[in-house]
Amino acid sequence: MMTVSSEPSVQHAKRPSRLFKNWMSKLASLPMILTALVVFVGGTAWTVTYSFTGSRMLPKTKWVGLDQYERLWETDRWIISIKNLAIYGSCSMILTLVLGFSLAACLDRKIRFESAFRSIFLYPFALSFVVTGLVWQWILNPNFGLQNVVRNWGWESFTFNPLNDPNTVIYGLLIAGLWQGTGLIMCIMLAGLRGIDEDIWKAAKVDGIGTVKTYVVVIIPMMRPIFITALVLIASGIIKLYDLVVAQTGGGPGLSSEVPAKYVIEYMFRAQNLGQGFAASTMMLCSVAIILIPWAYLEFGGRKRG
Amino acid sequence: MSKYLKSFLLGTALTAATATTAFADGVELEVTHWWTSGGEAAAVSKFADAWNATGNTWVDGAIAGSGGTARPIIISRILGGDPMAATQLNHGRQAQELIEAGLLLDLTDVAEAGGWADIVNPSSLLDACTLEGKIYCVPVNIHSAQWIWLSHAAYEKAGLDVPADWNAFVASAGALEAAGTLPLAMGQQGWQQNIAFGAITLAVAGLDAWSAVNVDKNADVARGAEYTAAFEAVASARSLASESNVQDWNQATNMVITGQAGAQIMGDWAQGEFAVAKQVEGQDYSCLPGLGLNAVLDTGGDAFYFPVNESAEITAAQKELAAMLISPEAQVSFNLAKGSLPVRGDIDMSSANGCMQKGLGILADGGVLPSGDITFSQDTTLQIEDLMAQFWTSDMSAADAQAAYAQLIQDAD
Repeated sequence: MMTVSSEPSVQHAKRPSRLFKNWMSKLASLPMILTALVVFVGGTAWTVTYSFTGSRMLPKTKWVGLDQYERLWETDRWIISIKNLAIYGSCSMILTLVLGFSLAACLDRKIRFESAFRSIFLYPFALSFVVTGLVWQWILNPNFGLQNVVRNWGWESFTFNPLNDPNTVIYGLLIAGLWQGTGLIMCIMLAGLRGIDEDIWKAAKVDGIGTVKTYVVVIIPMMRPIFITALVLIASGIIKLYDLVVAQTGGGPGLSSEVPAKYVIEYMFRAQNLGQGFAASTMMLCSVAIILIPWAYLEFGGRKRG
Repeated sequence: MSKYLKSFLLGTALTAATATTAFADGVELEVTHWWTSGGEAAAVSKFADAWNATGNTWVDGAIAGSGGTARPIIISRILGGDPMAATQLNHGRQAQELIEAGLLLDLTDVAEAGGWADIVNPSSLLDACTLEGKIYCVPVNIHSAQWIWLSHAAYEKAGLDVPADWNAFVASAGALEAAGTLPLAMGQQGWQQNIAFGAITLAVAGLDAWSAVNVDKNADVARGAEYTAAFEAVASARSLASESNVQDWNQATNMVITGQAGAQIMGDWAQGEFAVAKQVEGQDYSCLPGLGLNAVLDTGGDAFYFPVNESAEITAAQKELAAMLISPEAQVSFNLAKGSLPVRGDIDMSSANGCMQKGLGILADGGVLPSGDITFSQDTTLQIEDLMAQFWTSDMSAADAQAAYAQLIQDAD
C-alpha cells in the first residue's frame, strides 16, 4: 500500500490528490466501506433483481417481469399486513414520543428516587422482543392473566381479551411494544432535558411563563436533534417488527396481526418462493425510501442552504 | 514448557487414536429431524438404537420447532455445502428443487435390491419419492389428517350418545352448547384450519370432487355445487368453533381430553396427546377417520433424504441406513412409538391401538389419497392456509371464500 500511496504524490508533487489525503484513516475504514457496499448495496441490488424472477427454493434467472408484484398486491394477507403496520406504526410513533417525553419531564422535576424510577422504566428495554411477547401473551390471556385477576377481585363482568379478537389484537401488540420501547426514549429525552441550560428556566420564570407552556413553546423546539434521534430509533423499530408478533400472537387469530416482515420470511422459507419474498421485501424498502428520502432532503439539504 | 507440550501431544495422540478406532468400527452419520416431543423423541430413538446396533454411530441432530422452523435450516445447510448425512423431510414436493440441483443421493439401487416397489403400501408413497424414474427418499411412516376426535365426557354431560359421523356431530352441537360445552375445538392457526377444511370437504363434497380439485387442480370443480356445499359446511363449523380461543393444536386437543369441547378435527398425531393423558380409545374418546362419512385417508408423512456426499465410505453407509429404515423390525418399533402407520403392509402391527387399527384397515382396503405435500407446492399450500386463516376468523362469506379458493386452485402448481 505504501507504493500505491507514494505513486500519485510523485506524479502530482505540487498538488497531492485529495483521494490520498489522510490515506491511513481511509485505509482503516476500507473494510467497513467494502462491507457496506457488498453486503448492503450489493445485497439490496441482488434482492431487487431477483424479485423480477420466478425463483422458488433456489434463485434462478427465470424472468417473469412484474408478476411477483402483481400477485403481491392482490394478496389479502399482504394488504392486511400493510394496514396493521400502518396502525401499529402511527400509534407507536405518537404514543412513544408523548409517553417518553412526559415521563422524562416528570423525572426532570427533581422528584425523589429519580434513579430508581429511571431503572424501572428502562428495565423492559433489557428484555428481548421474544420475552416481551411471551410475557404479554400471558398477561393478556383471559384464563389466567389480567382479566382473571380482576374477576377474582370481584368485578365478575370485566372483560379484557384483546389478543383473541381480530379487531383489537394489534392494540395488544401495541401495549407490549410501548412497554418495551418507551423506557429508552424516556432516557434519551431525559438526557436532552438535562442539556437545557438552567438559565432558560430562570428567564421563563422571570417572564411569568407557566411550566407546561415553557416545555411546549421553549424546551421542545430546543430539543429538535433529540427528537430526531428518537424518531429514527422508533421508526426502525416499527419497520422491523417481527419477533414480537411471532412470540405474542403468531400472526393470529387468523391473519389479523400479520406484518410485512413476517410475510417476507414465510414466503421465502416456508413457501419456498424466493421471488415472492423478494418482491415483498423490495416493497418494504420502497416504503422506507418514500418516507426517508424527503425527510433526509429537508433535514440535511436544508441545512446546507441555510 | 516441554512438559505441557508432551501432555498436549499425548492428548492429541489419544484423541486421534480414539477417532481412528471409531472410524474403523463404523461410520458416524449425522441425522437431522424435527421430532422433539416426548412420543416423537421416543420413536426416533428406535431408529438410532437400531443403527448403533450395526456398529455405526447415529449423531442426533434434532431441531426444535415444527417443520416450518426446521426445514429452512436443513435446506440452507444442504445448499451451503455443509450437508448432514441424512435428514427428515415430508415426502412430496419439498425436496424437488434439491433433487433437480443434484444435491440428493440417488437410492434407486438400494430400492431395487430391497424390492421397495413390492413392499411399500400404498405405492403412491414411493411415487412421491420418485423423480424421473429414480428414487431419492425412504418413506418411514404415514400420517393422515382426516380424523375427528370426540370427547365421551362432553357427550355424557350433554346426555347424548357419541355421534358416529360428521352429520350426527353437527346435529348434536346445539345440545352440547346448551350443556355449556364448546362443540368444536379449533386452534386459530392456518394449517389447522386447513386440515379441518380438507377433512370437511372430503366428507361433504365427496371423493371424486376432492380428487378433481386436489389432484387434477380443476378450478371448475372448485367453483361447482359440491364445493359450495362443502364451503357452507365449513362456514357452519366455523360458528361451532367461534368461542374457541386457543392457538396451538395440542391446546385444542386438551380441550377435548378435559371435556371442555365436544370434538376436534386433527390428524392422527393427536392420539399421542390422548395416550399421554392416559385416555382409552372407545372409553374416554372416539376417533372417526374420514369424519365417519368417507373412510379414506390421505397419506402424508415423513421420509428420509440423503444429501450427496463426496466420501465413498459415507455414501455406502447412507445406503445401508436407507435400507435399515424400511426394514420390518425398524418399521414396527418406530411406528408403534410414534402412533403413525407403517409404510409396508407385510408386517405385524397387532399391538397397535384401536384408532391405528382403523387406519390400518383403511390402508389395507386401499382407501388412500395423496396428501397436500405431494399434490401442491409449498407455495400453494401456504396460500391456501392463509385463505383458511382468514375465512375461519372473520365473517367472510362462504361464496367469497369459494371464489378465492377456486382462483388459488387455478393458479396452483
